[in-house]
Amino acid sequence: MAKRIDVSGLSAYYGSFRAIDDISMTVEPRSVTAFIGPSGCGKSTFLRTLNRMHEVTNGGRVEGKVMLDDEDLYGPGVDPVSVRRTVGMVFQRPNPFPTMSIYENVAAGLRLNGDHRKKDLDEIVERSLKGANLWNEVKDRLNRPGSGLSGGQQQRLCIARAIAVEPQVLLMDEPCSALDPISTLAIEDLIGELKSRFTIVIVTHNMQQAARVSDRTAFFNLAEVGAPGKLVEIDDTERIFSNPTVQATEDYISGRFG
Amino acid sequence: MSRTAVADAPVDRAAPPVSTLRQPRLPRWAPLGLAAVAAVLGIGIGLVGGLDSRLQWGLIAAVLYLGLTAVLASTVEGTRQAKDRLATSVIWVCFLLAVVPLASLLWETLVRGAKVLDGYFLTHSMSGVITLEPGGGIYHALIGTLEQVGLATLIAAPLGLLTAVYLVEYGTGRLAKAITFFVDVMTGIPSIVAGLFILSFWIIILDFGYSGFAGAMALAILMMPIVVRSTEEMLKLVPNELREASLALGVPKWKTIIKVVLPTAVGGITTGIMLAVARIAGESAPILLLVFGSAEINNNPFDGAQSSLPYFIYEQWALGNEASYDRAWAAALVLIAFVMILNLVARGIARWKAPKH
Repeated sequence: MAKRIDVSGLSAYYGSFRAIDDISMTVEPRSVTAFIGPSGCGKSTFLRTLNRMHEVTNGGRVEGKVMLDDEDLYGPGVDPVSVRRTVGMVFQRPNPFPTMSIYENVAAGLRLNGDHRKKDLDEIVERSLKGANLWNEVKDRLNRPGSGLSGGQQQRLCIARAIAVEPQVLLMDEPCSALDPISTLAIEDLIGELKSRFTIVIVTHNMQQAARVSDRTAFFNLAEVGAPGKLVEIDDTERIFSNPTVQATEDYISGRFG
Repeated sequence: MSRTAVADAPVDRAAPPVSTLRQPRLPRWAPLGLAAVAAVLGIGIGLVGGLDSRLQWGLIAAVLYLGLTAVLASTVEGTRQAKDRLATSVIWVCFLLAVVPLASLLWETLVRGAKVLDGYFLTHSMSGVITLEPGGGIYHALIGTLEQVGLATLIAAPLGLLTAVYLVEYGTGRLAKAITFFVDVMTGIPSIVAGLFILSFWIIILDFGYSGFAGAMALAILMMPIVVRSTEEMLKLVPNELREASLALGVPKWKTIIKVVLPTAVGGITTGIMLAVARIAGESAPILLLVFGSAEINNNPFDGAQSSLPYFIYEQWALGNEASYDRAWAAALVLIAFVMILNLVARGIARWKAPKH
């Protein structure tokens, strides 16, 4: 199920602007890796290069290698559509499809890819909603629109939608930044459960959250506004938060800047 | 202790603190009252001054209303409130100025058109009717309008929709800019020019005869830019997050557009198409040139002259007698009703298909 991600020498551009510069790191399978760093340092951009969503943006371009086990995501002949089926994504703001019911939202990934077997679908929808800890709250109203749920429920619905297609890796771009503490806790618990099945990468601005949920933490920084973001260091979360090797990391974590 | 508190209370009541948050306000009925006063004054001045145009009375009342509001509000409430009231009043006056002609037009058409509008009028043509005498109907024109507008929609709606999808979802660079430019230019084409273009191309060069289809092509030219523009706006309103959510599920782009983007915008797109239909349903110039006009029923839009509602109105009005005037008004009423029904249907679809909450 879960795969290892091996990034080497990756730079990403918006037109001629280089947003991140020469990043290399390894993301271990069946673990949670957290990206922290000040706004604009390229965490989200880097995350989006991991499932080829960066190039959806106008002028988005990538140089370097992203190995998923032993396949290069940017190799010749690689179809971004298949990459995205393997590497799923949850966004900052909950974005259920407004024209679809809760059931259809979860089934969307499969249905839109031409999977129509009704019986299997029912099963997958139930399994995914249970996996996202949402089943008990919505099982009686699967045909109600997804946009009628609360923010936290919508975000769990989006997680259910993402895991319904059985990806190998799950990318989360600040999944709790629009949620209240209780919904955040629900999602953090969920991340803890999901890591036994998926490789999870999460971008967060909340350092306590990174400390709570992640096994490894990567700190990104940028020299100045307008300069490309760089990876400062990546290490076990415990070490990053207790005894980081780089002074900038310690300053950021202890709130001395940023 | 409690005694002092009680003793203090009357003192407070006797000298209430000056509130900085309260200001004198005009009563809530003030705007209506002022409007009534202004109306009465307007009528009075009109009668005394011997002005025969009701328009003048109305305009005098409107100016008086604005002036009275400004003066009264600034003396009672202060300048800031006066500006607020004046702005509100100006908007109301403008609203009335816009609505009065519309209401009067509808009323006039309703009253004059209802005279000969009945089942017979809707189901019979003008074939064999002596134009000086009452009788006859608009069945042939109704069929013509329905077929021509229907054909035009069949041509223009898919083309316009696909163009808009290209511009919003795919188009970057020169081609998209060129298309946008030509769509803008097309929006400004006068209907008679569209008619002349089809006339020279279809009827003179390619040597086809007059037909409803020729008219429909000209109408399609007029309709297409409207559809492109409205669809474009609607597609731009679809949040990018939805596209990304779908793409991130591994759904190909074309399927994302068909299954996520278009359904989200379908209400607005339908409304846009219906409004474009309403817009071309009233065109008479291309019909005059390309469909030629006819008093007889011709169900085949691909062969031979037809009529249409706007053409029928023009034709009957040009005859210039009492019976033909009545028929023209009745046809105008049917045309307005047709457009209104289309609008209502469009709103219904928009509401029915709108993203649910």
